[in-house]
Order: sequence, then C-alpha cells, then structure tokens
Amino acid sequence: MITYLWLIPALPLFSSVILGLFGPVMGPRVSGAVGTISVGLAAVLAVSIGLHWISHPPTNSIYEQTLWAWITLPGFSINLGLYLDPVSLLMVLVITVIGCLIHLFSTEYMHGEDGYSRYFAYLNLFVAAMLLLVLADDLAVLFVGWEGVGVCSYLLVGFWFSEPTNGYAARKSFVVTRIADIAMLAGLLLLSTKLGTLNIQAMLTGAVATWSAGSLMPTVATSLLLIGGLGKSAQVPLQTWLPDAMAGPTPVSALIHAATMVTAGVYLVVRTHALFLLAPHVLDAIAVGAVITLLVAAFAGLVQSDIKRVLAYSTMSQIGYMFLALGVGAWPAAMFHFLTHAVFKALLFLTAGAIAMRLNHEQNIFAMGGLRSKLPLAFWAFLIGSASLAALPIISAGFFSKEMILGAVAAAPMPGLILWACGILGAVLTATYIFRVVFTVFLGPLKTEVSGSYGVRIAVPLVTLSVGALVVGWLETPEGLGNQTIFSRFLTPAVGVFHHLPVSFMIPLLGFAAPLLGIGIAYVLHRNGTWARATTTMPSKLTIFIRSGCGFDMLYDELFVVPYMTLVRVLRHDPVDSMFAGLQYLAIVAHRRLRAMQIGQIRRYASWMMAGSVATIAILLFS
Amino acid sequence: MIIWQTPAGLALALFMLGLLGLLARRSLVFVLMSIEIMLNAAGLLFITAGMRWGNPDGQIMLVMVLNLAGAELALGLILILRLRNRITNLDGDAANILRDVP
Amino acid sequence: MMITFYVAASLTLLTTALAITRSNPVHALLYFVISLVSMGVIFFTLGAPFAAAMEVIVYAGAIMVLFLFVIMMLSLNKVTVHREAGWIVRSVWVLPLFLVAGLGSELARVFLGGGSVGMIRVVSPQEVGVRLFTTDISTVELASVLLLTGLIGAFHLGRKER
Repeated sequence: MITYLWLIPALPLFSSVILGLFGPVMGPRVSGAVGTISVGLAAVLAVSIGLHWISHPPTNSIYEQTLWAWITLPGFSINLGLYLDPVSLLMVLVITVIGCLIHLFSTEYMHGEDGYSRYFAYLNLFVAAMLLLVLADDLAVLFVGWEGVGVCSYLLVGFWFSEPTNGYAARKSFVVTRIADIAMLAGLLLLSTKLGTLNIQAMLTGAVATWSAGSLMPTVATSLLLIGGLGKSAQVPLQTWLPDAMAGPTPVSALIHAATMVTAGVYLVVRTHALFLLAPHVLDAIAVGAVITLLVAAFAGLVQSDIKRVLAYSTMSQIGYMFLALGVGAWPAAMFHFLTHAVFKALLFLTAGAIAMRLNHEQNIFAMGGLRSKLPLAFWAFLIGSASLAALPIISAGFFSKEMILGAVAAAPMPGLILWACGILGAVLTATYIFRVVFTVFLGPLKTEVSGSYGVRIAVPLVTLSVGALVVGWLETPEGLGNQTIFSRFLTPAVGVFHHLPVSFMIPLLGFAAPLLGIGIAYVLHRNGTWARATTTMPSKLTIFIRSGCGFDMLYDELFVVPYMTLVRVLRHDPVDSMFAGLQYLAIVAHRRLRAMQIGQIRRYASWMMAGSVATIAILLFS
Repeated sequence: MIIWQTPAGLALALFMLGLLGLLARRSLVFVLMSIEIMLNAAGLLFITAGMRWGNPDGQIMLVMVLNLAGAELALGLILILRLRNRITNLDGDAANILRDVP
Repeated sequence: MMITFYVAASLTLLTTALAITRSNPVHALLYFVISLVSMGVIFFTLGAPFAAAMEVIVYAGAIMVLFLFVIMMLSLNKVTVHREAGWIVRSVWVLPLFLVAGLGSELARVFLGGGSVGMIRVVSPQEVGVRLFTTDISTVELASVLLLTGLIGAFHLGRKER
C-alpha cells in the first residue's frame, strides 16, 4: 500500500493536466467530478497509508521513495524522492482530506462561473504542488513545490482577472512571496555549498556534525530559510499580501490562504528543526516576530468589516501562534495547532463562502444580520468554527492546541512569561473579533434578502469539518482533561518527545478565562451597539491605522514602491540612451556644418587638401 | 661646388609658386599651368637627388615625370576644351554643379 | 659652372613668378617656356645632360607647344584678358600665401636637416640608357602604359558629341 505513495501527488497533477487540456470540452459537471475525485482518491490513499502506518509503522517511522535522479553533478546530486515521516504524513492527510472537502464544496460554490474547469485545474495543480512540497526529501524538490504553490496562489487569487483590483492583489501576493523566496533560495544555495547536499536528512546530519550551536553559519542559513517561511506564511514583516489575497474565490482562501499553503513556513521550520536548534537566536527572533504578528493581526481583525478580511487577519494571527510555538521549540504544539487550525479555519472560510452565496455575494458583515434562523446550517458551522478559533474551553479543538502552545511558552525560559502574556492578550482579542462577527451576522434584525438553498455538496464539507472542529482536539489533552498524548507520541519519531512541562495552575486557568472574557466583551459591545455605530461614524485616525494592518502597506509603499516608481519614471525616458542620442545629434550637426563646405569650388577643395597636408607634415615633423 | 640644398631650395620655391598659382588663379588654363610648374619642381628635386647620390635614378624618374606631365596635360587640355562648351569664360569657380545643394 | 647655375636659377624663378601672375595666358605660357629652358640649363649644371636635353626637347619643345596650340584654339580676346586681370586682386593671394609659407617652412626645415654634400659626378646619358633598358625596364613599360592611357582618354574625350 505504502509503495503507492507517489500516486498521492501524481493523481492531482494528472487530473490537473487533463483538466487543463480538455477541461473546456468536458463541461462543468465532468470537470468538477474529475477534479474532486482525483483529490478524493489521493485522500483515500493517504488515509489508508495512514491507517497502515499506525498499525505497522516502518523502521524508524521513515519511508523513503526515490523516483528518479533529477540533477547529477560531480560532488552534488539531487534526487526527486519522497520522504514520509509522521510530520509529512500529517500534512498529507490534512491537505488531501481538507482539499477533497473543499473541492467538493467548490463544485457547488463555483456553479455557473466562467472558467469552471480552469478553476479545478488550478486547484488540482495546487494540491499536487503542495503535496510535493511536504513529501519532498530534498530541499530543491521542496523548493519546486514551494514555487508551485506560489504560482497556483497567484493564479487563483487572480482567478477573476477581469477585475483590475484582483489582478493587483494577485501580483502583490506573488511579488511579496517572491521576495521571500529569493532569501530562501539564497539559503538553499548556502546550505548546498557549505554542506554539499540538499537532501534534508543528510543535510541536517551534516549540519549537526559540522556546526556548533550558535555559530554564524547556521544562523545565516536559518535566517534565510526563515525569511522564505515568513513570506509564505504571511508573518511580519512580509504579511501584507494575505489580506489582499482574499480577492480570490472563497474556497481558494479556505484551502490555500488558511489551511495549507500559508502553513508551509511552519512545516519548513519543523522539517529542518535540527538546523534551527543550532541557531537559538533565530528561534528567539521567531518567537518575538510571532508575538508581534499575532497582536498586529488580532488588532487589525477587530476593525475589519469584510468577513473574509477578518478571517485573513485571524489566519495571520493563528499562524503567529504556530510560530510562537516554533520559537520556543515546541514542534508538536505547532503541528497540533496547524491541524486544528486547518480544520476550523477551512470551516470558517467555507461557511463565510456559503453565507455569501446565499446573500448575493455580500461580504460586509454590517450588511448582514439575523441570519441565525434563516441559515441554521451556516450558523452552527460558523459558531463551531468561531468557538474553535476563539479556543472556547473543552468543547472546541482550538482550545487544546492553543493551550498546548501557551503551556509550552509559559514554561519556556525567561522571556517566556512575557510572550505568554501577549499570547493570552491575543486569545482575548481573537475571541472578541470573531464573536463580533458572529453576533453581528447572526443576531439582530434581518437586513438582507436570502435566496437559494444549500445542496448536499455544501452541507457535507460543512458538517464534516464542524465535527472535526469539535473532536480533533481530543487527540492531545492537557493534564486534568484526560492527559491524552496520541498526537505527540505519533510525532515523536520525527521531532522528538514532547513533555508537558509543569506550570503554575494560573496558566491553564487564564487560558480558560481568556476566550470567555473575549466573548463577553464582544457580547457587551454588541448589545450596546458599539460595533454597529463604528460603521456609521467617521473612523478615528487610530482605527484607520489599525484597519490597514498597522500601516505596513503604507510603509512599504513609501519605502519601496514610491522610490521604485520614481526610478521607473526617470528611466522611462532612457537617460542612458540620451547619451547616444546626443552622439547622433552631434553627428547630424557636424554633418550640416561640414556639408556647407561642399560648395563645388575646386580651389576651395585644393586649399583644404593643402591645409591637411601642411598639418600632416607638421605632425610628422614635430612629434 | 653646388651643395644639394641650393637646387632643392629652388625646387621648393618653384613648387610654392606653382601651388600659389593653383590656389589663387581662377582660370582653368592657369590652374593647369600651375600643375605643370609643380610637376617641374618635382622633376628638379629628382635631378637634385640624382646629383646628390651620383645616381641615374633621378634622371629615370624625370623621364617618368615628363611622361606623366604629357599624359596629364593632354587630358587636361581636352577637358578644358570640353568645359568651354558649358562655361564660356573658363572660370573654375563656375564649374560647381556637383556641389551639395542643401 | 656655379655662375651659370645661379643665373639660370634666378631666371627660372623670375619667369615662373611672371608666368603665374600674367593675365594673358599666351604671355604666361611663353614665360613658362623660358623657365623650362633655363631649367634645362640647371639640369645640365647638376650633371644630368640627358635630363637637360629631355627637358628642353620634350617639355619645352613638345608639351608646351601643345599647350600653346590649344590656348590659341580657345580664341581668347581682349575681353577675356580683362576679365582675367579683374580676377587677380590682392585678396586672393592671402590665404594661399599662408598655406604655402607653412609648407615652405616645413620643407625648408627638412632640407636643412640633411648634411651638405655637393655633386659627386656627371651621370652620362649612356649610363641612364643602360639602366633604363636593363634593370629599370618596367619604368619604360609603365611610361608606355601611361601614355597609352592618356592617348585613349584624349581620344575618347575629344570625339564630337552626338
């Protein structure tokens, strides 16, 4: 069974090619089916491999499959191979299962859109690239997948390309991640020249053997890799593209910009965590940057009025939590939060899409209201998702993963408690901003016309993910709630044993209290109308500043875009060329002057010849 | 005893006179004659060189110069005769149809 | 011999200067013929009797007479001579004088740079003939080709226009 591993990325790739070539001929029904079934088959295969894995884990819990040699040079070679260990297995399961659900959702959501088959071709290509990314056994192959998902993200954000702002958003996401990828590529080149291989395991072994902890080389290499990861995962300072990327179709946001692609940075760090352990300063920087990201994004989420932008900022914020876990070395905690986040954020996005579908693609939360009775399915799904995002204790999956992260952070050495406090503040804010959306959208009077109904292809993903958002948390529970450790034991072969370090009883207690407090604040502000008033009154300067994501866009515009455009405006008229144009002008002027000498008088010509001879003889004589 | 600079100086002076005539005179007849003077000066210089080295080459070259002068004069005179049909007064400055017209 | 040379040289210079300043072309040509004859004398004093004979016979006797004939064919009259005189004004000499002075000073510098050696021996016509028809036979051929070219050119240009 496990020998069919290569089929998992190959199936979506194959169907993507089929759809790309024959999609328009096949018609929407067939192309939707092809797209969904291919990912579905990959999911079935992944699940069966997963089940087989649990009952009969391979030696060292590692399965390697070398497909073919890609680049062979003396002293350096790259094989295209797949590497399956618990971490990548987890990623594969999430990508295929959630990907399959989102494909299913899309078949109904995208009904009647132009470019239906094109959409599924892109989406399949994305799944294939993402699977290649997580299964790669070589950083170069990983980079191929990395760029592949970047391209698919660009294509899908700009899916409705006839709208110029969508094209702008797509270009922005592409350019910003490309900047990060340059750094990552530099990191790869550094590693390959210093260690002679890019095969992840060989590279990690070599790094641990040759470099001492805290020395310069691993710090530089991990910093470069980290910049790539930060760009892909929309972390400060490369986060500005994610809110704009919401221009794409909502299922795309669910799959790419919430569940899978944006967590590639987390995966990269976990995959090369042995290297990062050699660079403790970089880990500290990760933690600090993560806290900044999660707070900035949480504040920005508080004042958005577009439901998808709220979710986008919440994604940034939650990935900030994952990076916080990485920063303190709690790899399983990061992966656990990745799992729960993938489930509940996909659920939230899909529900947002499902709501917008029924409201004639309305996305402004203040134009909605009282939808609870009209859309019970969406209400319950969104409520479960929000509870999980807000980490509502016991009943939600998000609670357990966030608890695991905050527990690990609080137990970390010195700045741990400060980071933890920021994390708790972030948790309060998270609960506030997401329940602000819940209350605004589902309570109060009905404001809009509701049309249509949900088919089974909408309902199945929503229900499945809702159930998931309720139960996946029980895979790993803290002490006092069963002390379940299935998840961390599962990951142990790949990332080492995870200990729930003992912390003061206040830590989990505050973890309990924070979401409830946040929800309380949201409810109070909803009841006294503060949220609704904010839309009618002129926003203060501070609100505008926070709404724009704390001014990073403006800063980058001033720092990079404006100077660049100025340069472009200068270069547009070819200043270098004008030098040559000057030569040409000189030649023309000289020609006009010299032409005047050609007057046809033999005596004049003779005089000039004479003068030339005299000058020549003078030069010969006196030089 | 004549040192070679004396006839060479004479040749130079003749050449300069010929050149002066070439540059200053407008009539084509005089232009042609000035060229003859300059050729003659060149011949004198050859003879001077032959005297300086006691060598027959100078005289041989004078034969060449004479040949050249004869051929050149024949063609030049024919050209003057033909030009007379176009410019009646043989003004060299009037023969400027080939000038560049801006 | 030296006196003969200097007399002939002065005569040559004088007649040449007169030749280029006359307004009547026939007078000018006659002055030039005198200049050529005295040039022949100079050649003789420089130890080149063959060249002297050639100068007088061919140059003065044949070429210049041809010139004279053609000028007479041009049927020049008083009007042309007057116009010719009108062209010879002081201003036309200025620029040529400058150029010529430049050239003259340069060449004079070259000539004065060489050592002062006088005449070594008289080169007899026989010697010239031997050289001309043995080692330097190509010169004769070249001269014949040159004359042939001149002949063909003159014949072609001299045909009556149709």
